[in-house]
Amino acid sequence: MIVTKKTLKKKGNLSQLMIPLIAFGLLIIFNLIRDPGFFSIETKLNNAGNTVLAGNLISIINGASELAILAMGMTLVTAACGGQDISVGAAAAIAGSVFVKVIRGASMVTGGTVILAFLACCVVAMLFGSFNGMLVSVFRIQPMIATLILYTCGRSIAYWINGGATPTIDGSITGAIGSFIPGVPIPTPVIIVVVMIILFSLAFRFTTLGLYTQTVGINQNAARLNGINTTLIKLLSFVILGICVSVAGCIGVCRLQLINHETLLIDIEMDTILAVAIGGNSLGGGKFKISGSILGAYVIQMLTTTLYAMKVSSTDVKAYKAIVIILLVVIGSPVVKRWFTKVMANIRGASIRRLGVKEGN
Amino acid sequence: MKKLLALVLALALCLGLVSFSHADDLIKVGVVNNPPSESGYRAANVADFEAVFTEENGYELKTFYSIKNDEQLQAASGFITDGVDVLLISAAETTGWDEVLKAAQEAGIKVYLFDRMIDIPEDLYEAAVVSDMPAEGAMAVGWLLDQKLDEYKVVHIQGAMGSDAQLGRTGALDEQFAAGTMTKVVQQTATWDEAEAKKIVESVINSGEDFNVIYAENDGMARGAVAALDEAGITHGKDGKVVVMGFDCNKFALREVLAGNWNYDGQCSPFQAKVISDLIKSGETPAEKKIINAERFFDAATITEEDIATYGLGD
Repeated sequence: MIVTKKTLKKKGNLSQLMIPLIAFGLLIIFNLIRDPGFFSIETKLNNAGNTVLAGNLISIINGASELAILAMGMTLVTAACGGQDISVGAAAAIAGSVFVKVIRGASMVTGGTVILAFLACCVVAMLFGSFNGMLVSVFRIQPMIATLILYTCGRSIAYWINGGATPTIDGSITGAIGSFIPGVPIPTPVIIVVVMIILFSLAFRFTTLGLYTQTVGINQNAARLNGINTTLIKLLSFVILGICVSVAGCIGVCRLQLINHETLLIDIEMDTILAVAIGGNSLGGGKFKISGSILGAYVIQMLTTTLYAMKVSSTDVKAYKAIVIILLVVIGSPVVKRWFTKVMANIRGASIRRLGVKEGN
Repeated sequence: MKKLLALVLALALCLGLVSFSHADDLIKVGVVNNPPSESGYRAANVADFEAVFTEENGYELKTFYSIKNDEQLQAASGFITDGVDVLLISAAETTGWDEVLKAAQEAGIKVYLFDRMIDIPEDLYEAAVVSDMPAEGAMAVGWLLDQKLDEYKVVHIQGAMGSDAQLGRTGALDEQFAAGTMTKVVQQTATWDEAEAKKIVESVINSGEDFNVIYAENDGMARGAVAALDEAGITHGKDGKVVVMGFDCNKFALREVLAGNWNYDGQCSPFQAKVISDLIKSGETPAEKKIINAERFFDAATITEEDIATYGLGD
């Protein structure tokens, strides 16, 4: 009995990752047919004099960094609260603005200044995260409505922090965070994503965060009756998303050493939610798999890069993207999954019957 | 207690009268504009009006900033009720202004439009000081042709599709593509997003296609494009392989032009206040009601520190 349960569970988890993996496979095959050299990686000497890796694959992995980091946090919020935070883009603009403000305030940009600036923006993002979390967990407001407030006013707040225009920052350290550390051929944002993944896995490995989040998402009342502080878990998920927001915001700023409060990580909230959905997570909360969301993020970026490589006309990109995404989400929907399982069972049944007939003969 | 209250009221009344009589010799100006948070351009635009229409220059300034047309309309009606002498408008949308501006005309208020045109009969306003976006594009493309490059393989990064600036800046370049004088390597919108511009240029570099011009429709996107060039080890600017062109004249961009990292930066002048102030003071109605604000451009060969200080936006 126990064994079957375990195998069942394992099977369920695998099928959750099926959709992003299939999407990945299709995109890879499509690109290889279109251009066999699409995924080739080469080393180049950049203008700063470093030898670095380059190629579409690097562009995809590098370009999806902010999205992947936000998707990790968003998965937790989704799982615990059964809703999404639509203010991550605006919050990242605030976090990025704080980061720039602190750095510009310093007379000289040293490693210490950058760490201080990051901590400051982390604190601010966690405060805004707990504001959202408070509305959701204490006042029981629907997450999308609660975060609509910050979504609407976030970029104005970001504007107040630095005033108009697009403030720029200078400095080799912030430049290295946004592109390459001298002597390291891998883009720094990719390294930061890996660090975040390790931190999340450690948190899940050594604390009950994952289990509690899932429990609260599946049945809040049952969780409370079992002594879990549901309010705290929900609040915590938003605070953790706040940390992700600050990391993503800082990467976004460092890439170009400039902050434009209107365009920094614009519309990323929708892509983030999409990454969670493509990753096979239920947007209604409960069971979740962060690895799925991360894969989802890379699928989205690969799709965009593919469309750019195909020189799809600028006015059509979003339409094509929408078509592919509709397909992915429909294929991943429970209805289609059930239908697919039924068809598979029928085929298997038919073949068994045929086999049976054969044996009978 | 009552006496005290009466005293305070009387005092307030006196003060009010005093301030009223004081304001009488100033020209009362009501400005309806978009909020400075909209863009670096708008921030400079708002700052320009607040710097020119001061008490020292003989104005009493009232301002209202909103990105919403209906709020702007309400504010304009409010200014008319307040009895301003002059109304200056940069509308969020081109429609819906007839009623309000007729009311202004009946009240004898002079109306000046700036930055953006409104769909209204010409007799409803004194003058309109606006930017000519197609001329900006033509100026940039003209400069590019003057460079006499052996070939023009252009990566064209567009702004938000359908916006005035995008249409104007794209138009002139599209003519060249159609005429065959320039080759379109890629034409893609980054919707003013710096990071997206970087990704677009990255994908062109990865495809291995050759190009020697980057025409980005604003400074931020040009910066994104240049970041992609830097990471791929492609030289750019005055002595480099790729010609880099941007728009808006942010200070950070002009500094890049001065350093020779970029080649060209075109201006969309946000400075209309002086022109309007001169018109108000002279009391004349210009022969041509639509006044095109003079535009400038800066290139790496001629730009000076002084230009950056005078014309650069932001800091």
